[in-house]
Amino acid sequence: MKILVPVKRVPDWQIKLKLLPDGSNIQTDGIKWILNTFDEIAVEEAIRLKEKGVVSEIVLVSLGPPDVRQRLEYALAMGADSAILIKHEGPADSDLAARALAEVYKRGGYSMILMGKQAIDSDSSQTAQLLAARLGLPQACFASKVVVEGESAVVTREVDGGLETVRLPLPCVVSTDLRLNEPRYAALPNLMKAKKKPFEELSLDALGVSPEVKVRIKSLSTPPARKAGRKLGSVAELIAALQGEAKVL
Amino acid sequence: MPNALVFIQHDQGRVLKGSLVAISAAKQLAAAWGCSGLDGIALGPGAKAAASEAAGYGLASVKFSESPIFEKYRAEPYSRAVALAAKEAGSQCVVGLSSSTGKDFLPRVAVLMDACQASDIIAVNADGSLRRPMYAGNIIADVELAAGNRIVSVRGTAFPPAQKEGASGSVSELQLSGDPELHEQPRFGEVVGYELSKAERPELADAEVVVSGGRALASAENFEKVIFPLADSLKAAVGASRAAVDSGYAPNDWQVGQTGKVVAPSLYIAVGISGAIQHLAGMKDSKVIVAINKDPDAPIFEVADFGLVADLFQAVPELTQAVKGARS
Repeated sequence: MKILVPVKRVPDWQIKLKLLPDGSNIQTDGIKWILNTFDEIAVEEAIRLKEKGVVSEIVLVSLGPPDVRQRLEYALAMGADSAILIKHEGPADSDLAARALAEVYKRGGYSMILMGKQAIDSDSSQTAQLLAARLGLPQACFASKVVVEGESAVVTREVDGGLETVRLPLPCVVSTDLRLNEPRYAALPNLMKAKKKPFEELSLDALGVSPEVKVRIKSLSTPPARKAGRKLGSVAELIAALQGEAKVL
Repeated sequence: MPNALVFIQHDQGRVLKGSLVAISAAKQLAAAWGCSGLDGIALGPGAKAAASEAAGYGLASVKFSESPIFEKYRAEPYSRAVALAAKEAGSQCVVGLSSSTGKDFLPRVAVLMDACQASDIIAVNADGSLRRPMYAGNIIADVELAAGNRIVSVRGTAFPPAQKEGASGSVSELQLSGDPELHEQPRFGEVVGYELSKAERPELADAEVVVSGGRALASAENFEKVIFPLADSLKAAVGASRAAVDSGYAPNDWQVGQTGKVVAPSLYIAVGISGAIQHLAGMKDSKVIVAINKDPDAPIFEVADFGLVADLFQAVPELTQAVKGARS
């Protein structure tokens, strides 16, 4: 079976982000980019399904500027088979991403869409669900286990209060949570080979998708810093502070 | 602008505190966007009782359905029913709690209503823009939504819960005949099992006090021996850092942080937690933060009101005894 894995390029979560002086965006000049953490888990899971003989072909797709190609090549080096880059420079929201990804899915032959539960830049957690609804597909979000059994997927979901297991007919959309797996590193020789794997470039125009954005960022700011308190010398002092000063005991 | 519709999440008829937070946020949205009023919708077993309870919090009318279709939560039928209720009430805006349920199905409602969605909002600005965290809470964004239908999910700790009002709204059953596709169950798949965490303690998301443990606990047994007694002496919920969850010391749904749960209790006690950015994003809005860590340079001390540089295996049992003493 063929599987579509949408991925997003995001700023490395380990760097300290700075804002542009007008607050319109973060400073992106020279920052380190990574594959969205949850999407990397989706790529890894697709590769494991391929190693088990369940999946025959893994197609990556991303929406973004031309240099997203490097991140796609990294995921190809992990073990995906081919990649599609929908080139787009302007602002984007989950709705635009879902509309574009839906058109790629409709080009045919996919049994599953496997992607991260949220992008760690915008933190919206919408695209997988929007895509599923747009395509009329069943969904299993926040997956911590994915098993394909014949024509269905059995997915364990991380929900408030515990775990829930669902059985979905294929094709379906699965979004990955943190504990699904630990992604492998791409080996250096594979990074060289990845450059030779099939790579297609598309545009929103070619897909018939309008670049309209419905959720517009007006301004960004940094949250007010919490004031550091003080260190106490003993448990007795702590109890006194919680009772007397903070009045929470 | 027409009415706003609030999704009332409940547990067997008991309205979640987070749903009262969603009602409270919806009232602010209605004022900022000029909505004419608020309605509600509750689904699943106990929905009628939940609808009756929610109607007392300033909702003009609340629909419910206890149809077997909603017996076990699934995103597809829930989203179809909420979109149907919105259509019937003439609502252009749907508001819900950003719980795992809300996160899961609200975007599907957005597609059915041709709406756009703002996720996990923490404030409604006077100009009608919405405030929400991005980049694990390191950046705060003010976003404007396009005209037309809108979906808003609300962070459960960001607004005060709505208060009971004198008059109660009307309660009536949602007629499902308006959407034939609701009955196409097999296409949506089915729930085949649950593995729920033991609920002997308060829910992490609504608890007044949270005691969280980090990697320094070093084992699941130590979590039980050190963290549980302190939590129980304070009638607290138990949380964990991502490092502790990744190491298998605590289940995933205890995880506090941007990728786990966001909490804002009156008292948050961080035990053996260094204070990674991703953890701080999940607890820094707590009223009082206590940190116990043997590393005096741990970043957690930069957000803690009260810090104790100590070996947790000595300090926490001592604290547990002292709390018991103070309470008896």
